[in-house]
Amino acid sequence: MPNENTLSRRGLFMKLGILFNGLVATALAVPIIGFVLSSITRGRANAYLAWVPLGSVNEFPEGETRLATFRNPNVMPTDGKTVDTACWVRRVERDQFQVFAINCAHLGCPVRWFPQSGLFMCPCHGGAYYRDGSRASGPPERGLFEYPYKVENGLVTIQAGELFTPGSSAGLFGKKLPCA
Amino acid sequence: MRLIGQIEDWFERRLQLAGLIRETAEHAVPRNTASWFYVFGSAALTIFILQIVTGILLAMIYVPSAAEAWSSLQALNHDVTLGWFIRALHGWGSNFMIAIVLIHMVQVFLFGAYKFPRELTWIVGVFLLLVTLGMAFSGQVLRFDQDAYWGLGIGASIASHVPIIGSAAVKLMLGGPIIAGATLSRFFALHVFVIPGTLIALVGVHLLMVLKLGINEWPMPGRLVNRATYTNEYHELTERNGAPFVPYAIWKDLFFAGFILLAVAACAIYFGPFGPTGQPDPTIIQTAPRPDYFFLWLYALLSLLPPSMETPALLVGPVLVILGLLLLPFLSGEGEKSWRRRPIAVLAVLIIAVTLGTFTHLAGFAPWSPHMNAWSGDPIPERVLHGSTALERQGALVFQSKQCRNCHSLGELGGQRGPSLDSVAVRLTQDQLIRQVIQGGGNMPAYGKNLTPAETTALVAFLGSLHPAGQVPARDASRDTALGTGQEKSGSARP
Repeated sequence: MPNENTLSRRGLFMKLGILFNGLVATALAVPIIGFVLSSITRGRANAYLAWVPLGSVNEFPEGETRLATFRNPNVMPTDGKTVDTACWVRRVERDQFQVFAINCAHLGCPVRWFPQSGLFMCPCHGGAYYRDGSRASGPPERGLFEYPYKVENGLVTIQAGELFTPGSSAGLFGKKLPCA
Repeated sequence: MRLIGQIEDWFERRLQLAGLIRETAEHAVPRNTASWFYVFGSAALTIFILQIVTGILLAMIYVPSAAEAWSSLQALNHDVTLGWFIRALHGWGSNFMIAIVLIHMVQVFLFGAYKFPRELTWIVGVFLLLVTLGMAFSGQVLRFDQDAYWGLGIGASIASHVPIIGSAAVKLMLGGPIIAGATLSRFFALHVFVIPGTLIALVGVHLLMVLKLGINEWPMPGRLVNRATYTNEYHELTERNGAPFVPYAIWKDLFFAGFILLAVAACAIYFGPFGPTGQPDPTIIQTAPRPDYFFLWLYALLSLLPPSMETPALLVGPVLVILGLLLLPFLSGEGEKSWRRRPIAVLAVLIIAVTLGTFTHLAGFAPWSPHMNAWSGDPIPERVLHGSTALERQGALVFQSKQCRNCHSLGELGGQRGPSLDSVAVRLTQDQLIRQVIQGGGNMPAYGKNLTPAETTALVAFLGSLHPAGQVPARDASRDTALGTGQEKSGSARP
């Protein structure tokens, strides 16, 4: 019988075996965790965002708000129609625009524009916004999200690529939203 | 017969399970637990097995790709033989499973079964409830239609409220910056591998503890649980006066399980599968997403909470509820088990049931959502316009065309977001009407920038005519005094 305090040959091998597996597991954990968190880490460099054209300036009459659609800058083969996105384009005057996210600032449902009453209304929880996107009533804590836009060569272009969510504007890993 | 016996022996020689199975089947249970109140746990397990079987069958056709999931569901519904039935079984099985798990939980709570020594069984049960709800939500996502797409947006919005890591949580949940192919694929992995694996493991632990600790005895008022004496008392109940689980108690489990399976099948045949609704195409915005039945209460809660309460309620609420459930067996691990002597427990169950029931009922007709087509679809009731002036009729036109009807009903038709206007003239004077229309207030947007003075005048004239026959419109007494026309109706006293 070996002494309680002395390490037997087999006992040492077992411990070395556990240590060996621990090292291998740690080494494997790095790429595995890297894979799992890749959707977060990639976004830290704003790699998701890109400038996307919405259409010619002439498609958007002054003083009116029109629905426009664009394709997300990053597309995977399995995305189907989910990468086609809608947004509301308000041409205030000449080259001055407001491009609103379709997502309600409450919980992301698609808001609809009613030109007669000059309101955006949300079908889910009853949020409403004025024509300039500011909050009119209902549960939203803020106005509609706005895409950064620029007008170049007669084309309205927005910086898109990320879903707007109400709480993420000041996140540790998230960029500050342009309109927040 | 001899051959069968030989085959049995052959397997027994190798598996050596017969003793364990017999011991488990014939373990003694307290006689009064052979009750119809004790069948819900086994019924939940039965439905879970049904879910596994139908889930595997669905996975043989279903394509977990955002580009093809919706069409593969259509193929299941319309092209694959009996595909609709398997989908319906899986969908109804999901609803039944949540219902049975909740009933099981209420029974366990009211019968004091969470008390010593079954605290851990309860805690595992709480996690089983959470995991079951996780299955329900992820399953709703796999039915990749409009509701699933926008439901994911709602989930992401809620996740984004988490302090500091909100944005990261959203990207982790969606598998990228937007709801797309990666989102569906990861929910498929969750729904098919991760959550069911967890569920099976937890069910195993849960059942093992039921066997090791014994089923909770029927609670007798006045028979208190005491850590020092309980084990001996329970031993007395089972060893001296108990009966073998098989067949003494199990026949009721078997009957109820069969009945529940039949009920699921009946619903599946009669009502058919759930959806899919419209295609998951985010450019189709003419949609009003609704969650599945067991999340309707949450939908109502999110609509009714004041904006300032929402973030705390979303972040702190669930933590408190789950903590409360987990701590329950430690806060009242001893003492009275019978619901007859636990009025607060009964009251708590009733209040929670009524609250959830009311929210679910409200979500059925969603009075907080504007009716998007009311302004163009619901006509002004004829009786309102009967005998009205030209100005009032002009006001009625403004009322419809400015979409007031989307939030305000007339004659039961129209939105219910704002108050019904059938008798608004009785509540508000002319001045108050003008102020409300121009400035908004309460939960109403201001229409000042969107109405010409002429439109406002006409609209207020119309609103001033909305009062039930025999009820006088509200009037400003001070104005009457100033104008010296005390008897005149305010509706006709226009400036």
